[in-house]
Amino acid sequence: MTQNNRLNGGQIDRNTTLNFNFDGKKYTGHPGDTLASALLANNVRLMGRSFKYHRPRGPLTAGSEEPNAIVELRSGARQEPNTRATTAELFDGLAAKSQNRWPSLAFDAMAINDRFSNFLTAGFYYKTFMWPAAFWEKIYEPIIRKAAGLGSLSMQADPDEYDKGFRHCDLLIIGAGPAGLNAALIAGRSGAEVILADEDFRMGGRLNAETFAVADLAGADWAAQTVAELSAMPNVRLMPRTTVIGAFDHGIYGAVERITDHLATSPTGKPRQILWRIYAKQTVLCAGATERPIAFENNDRPGIMLAASMRSYANRWATTPAQRVAIFTNNDDGHRTAQDLHAKGVKIAAVIDTRPDAPSSMDYEVLQGAQVADTKGRLGLTFVEVARADGTNRTIECGALGVSGGWNPNVQLTCHQRGRPIWKEELAAFVPGGTLPPYMSVAGAAVGTFSTHGALKSGADAVRKALGLKGRAPAVPQAEDAPVNQTPFWYVTGCSRAWLDQQNDVTVKDVKLSHQEGFRSVEHLKRYTTLGMATDQGKTSNMGGLAIMAELAGKSIPEVGTTIFRPPYTPTAIGTLAGRMRGKEFHPTRLTPSHFWAKERGAVFVEVGNWLRAQWFPLPGETHWRQSVDREVLATRSSVGVCDCTTLGKIDVQGTDAATFLNKVYCNGFAKLAVGKTRYGLMLREDGIALDDGTAARLAEDQFVVTTTTANAARVYQHMEFVRQCLMPQADVQLISTTEAWAQYAVAGPNSRKLLQKIVDAEFDISNEGFPFMACANITVCGGLRARLFRISFSGELAFEIAVPSRYGDALMRKLMAEGEEFDVTAYGTEALGVMRIEKGHAAGNELNGTTTALNLGMGRMVSKAKDSIGSKLAERPGLNEPDALMQVGLRPVNKDDKVTAGGHLMNTNGPVDAAHDQGYVTSAAFSPTLGSMIGLGFLKDGGNRNGETLRLVSPVTNLTVEVEVVSAHFVDPEGERVRA
Amino acid sequence: MIINHPLLGPRDSAEFVYLGTANLMDRPDPDTATPEDWHDYAYLRDNPAGPHRELWFHEGGDRSILIVTRDTTTHEISSVELARNSGAQA
Repeated sequence: MTQNNRLNGGQIDRNTTLNFNFDGKKYTGHPGDTLASALLANNVRLMGRSFKYHRPRGPLTAGSEEPNAIVELRSGARQEPNTRATTAELFDGLAAKSQNRWPSLAFDAMAINDRFSNFLTAGFYYKTFMWPAAFWEKIYEPIIRKAAGLGSLSMQADPDEYDKGFRHCDLLIIGAGPAGLNAALIAGRSGAEVILADEDFRMGGRLNAETFAVADLAGADWAAQTVAELSAMPNVRLMPRTTVIGAFDHGIYGAVERITDHLATSPTGKPRQILWRIYAKQTVLCAGATERPIAFENNDRPGIMLAASMRSYANRWATTPAQRVAIFTNNDDGHRTAQDLHAKGVKIAAVIDTRPDAPSSMDYEVLQGAQVADTKGRLGLTFVEVARADGTNRTIECGALGVSGGWNPNVQLTCHQRGRPIWKEELAAFVPGGTLPPYMSVAGAAVGTFSTHGALKSGADAVRKALGLKGRAPAVPQAEDAPVNQTPFWYVTGCSRAWLDQQNDVTVKDVKLSHQEGFRSVEHLKRYTTLGMATDQGKTSNMGGLAIMAELAGKSIPEVGTTIFRPPYTPTAIGTLAGRMRGKEFHPTRLTPSHFWAKERGAVFVEVGNWLRAQWFPLPGETHWRQSVDREVLATRSSVGVCDCTTLGKIDVQGTDAATFLNKVYCNGFAKLAVGKTRYGLMLREDGIALDDGTAARLAEDQFVVTTTTANAARVYQHMEFVRQCLMPQADVQLISTTEAWAQYAVAGPNSRKLLQKIVDAEFDISNEGFPFMACANITVCGGLRARLFRISFSGELAFEIAVPSRYGDALMRKLMAEGEEFDVTAYGTEALGVMRIEKGHAAGNELNGTTTALNLGMGRMVSKAKDSIGSKLAERPGLNEPDALMQVGLRPVNKDDKVTAGGHLMNTNGPVDAAHDQGYVTSAAFSPTLGSMIGLGFLKDGGNRNGETLRLVSPVTNLTVEVEVVSAHFVDPEGERVRA
Repeated sequence: MIINHPLLGPRDSAEFVYLGTANLMDRPDPDTATPEDWHDYAYLRDNPAGPHRELWFHEGGDRSILIVTRDTTTHEISSVELARNSGAQA
């Protein structure tokens, strides 16, 4: 096909031809084109089908407010649905598809909906698919989703990269039309750090779309010259292709920069889009205005578009939707389109002006006091039916109709905080009002100053005020200064299938129905009819709906009010919001110093918070994880095992009041702990519930090392800082997290001391007498390497934990394994660790689950009454101290081969299985290779007095019922002889 | 939001963790408080539309806890101070 709708002039590069295809057909265009302008140049008006009625549609606009020309771009994994053909920059090889049609755009089977439009009115879904309720999810919704029209996803991973960035400036200018460019010029010359962002790929705004002169240059040339001057200023950053999508608190703006969307193939290493967070001391919003349509019967045919957009296509893109066009307007601006197209050789069939006193023209016919009554043309406009002032009708043949109902300032970003637009009678439009986002001012058409001169001047004024510039204001360049002449005209009387919201298929009739059925507030209107709820957020449709609503209610538009706008200003890809935080990059991965050693050993890893921990270490021939875990447990209990416990939180507590401080945060006492000793500690929340447990080792009179569980490390640190800074600000105590500073290993089992003696330097006595259970010390290992040694045990065996500076972790692990060969040392992972702590009856995260108290955990007597500590008072509440309170117990299956599962509930042997008869629940379960059966820990009502009782463990979810016996939670070494050996 | 840290200057609120009302600093005196006092301290929170004194922990920064007075209707921050400079007496 040839570009037979191409006009002369325009800002396209005719020396280069770009090939592209739409729905499989080949076309050509030029650099500077959008997909929509190139298709129009090729005489393609039909670009999509509507959402509900599947009506044929073409572009209504030439910008980001587009409701109709919504297409799928690219193919394969890069396929992107719901993009606007009016903003998609043309590149060689671009492939686009229309959406929401089957089998083809020209013949769409679902267009049958249009015939049933009487049934598919506002509220149709609510009324029709209400009963039976169960049908909604399985039957109605899938059908509706299939029929409702939006593009399709590729269902493949997005191959592009997205990034995030931060920028700071003295002044952010949003929009590079006449107001924004002049503002940037003045700000730039003042030396301020300026960012000028514009969603378009060519800065200039309406200057590129009009024939007006600025100073002695064509508007577009003045814009180009200004952009050139600005780009030479080191303090000005131009950001074209950048949409400011949101105005947030305290002068923070979100902006999406499209880096490679306009390129056929993205250069490697470049993100496709960047989400910028811009910190601006001051902001001038120069977002311009959007033309509004007039509603009339069948006003949605391809070829019917906004008059100023038609002018943009002619002046900027040198194209027209048809060779014979008509204009329908209620204001002077519509006449400009007629003049500009006439000057480019397009035949103006007529200008239909609603005003009886409309200006006439030498060049074409003006029908004064006339209105468009109806239109014809199934896949594109062919005729308009005009109702003339004298009551007669006339049919006008034309392939396109430009519609102008006046202009609406783009107030969206002013509403993102607490701004509420206010009605300005002389403009018949809403302008920014209420409280604007802090440090924001608005200039140009966005504040209702529509003339070019007015925009240039208001941009200058706003920036001088924002930056506090003194001295004489620079002269405003000469430009047209036509007065604003907007009298409202929203819809042609008597129309019904007249579209307000073309994207969501909302007609004048729907608004009337909504009113009739009682949905009369703007918010109800919006939700009932879905007016303005499509991806264009009603940029071209909201005002018409409000105006009709006001008329029906007999109120003024400001009385009815307007809905407000939320971010984002235009649709934003989820990938852009995610940036690099996707897949494994969603959160950081923390590796312990000996991670790569474990990997060499073939460890299977598990995520614990952000950490990767070795779960078990399979040996050749082991085919099931239980084989590895059972072996690791038995080997540790019979000789010696080593486990990486670096991930436990470590907090260094120092200061003369360190012991006093720990006395406050732990429910048990620490004041009298001797230097060189370690103690188990339980922390409570202020409400008396257990927060976390760990150990505190007193390395010096004024230094403790506190450990926390892996999961709670950050939370406990935060809690301790709260107590320190907010409750004990006078205390001499300092905290620092040293989790990353030390690599720490548990060395457990009867041969653990023998193994450690091989590496601990000889001057340190770690015999049972010299270094008894719960001792701690600063020592050296391997000939002088500083280390910390703690004689603590989680496994229930004779055990130590040894810590060395992180960078030696890997070497220490290798050394322990090498020196341990003579004892058949075993590396064990978190599973074996878990099995051994259950065998020993030690509480862990499953037991400290946010609902349990010290009493429940069997540690009620640990809560010191001799001192005040966090949570100690509320732990005494009667409700937490009932005689039959849950107590931690051990559980064994009566039948050795039966399963014990965590999450199962405990019931008496007889009686109903229901919540009212619940006796408790199982928190942890494991197969104990030491005992040869599964075992469990759980909480049981009055558990302290029910040893030996038989209960039913039930799990209705997994259909499990087994008999279990209540036993001591200390399955292994209940007297604690091994840990003291 | 931007929080003007008394020591570090303006910082993005994303660097902070919100810890709740600054009333948490007024922990009841364990020697004299009644159970009702403890109940109120642990469970009752004001929900003002207007200025609210609250704690922000600079977890991604210097680990200070700040008392931020923020208008809950506008997010305007009228004062920022270090908790440990104005806190309860130990």
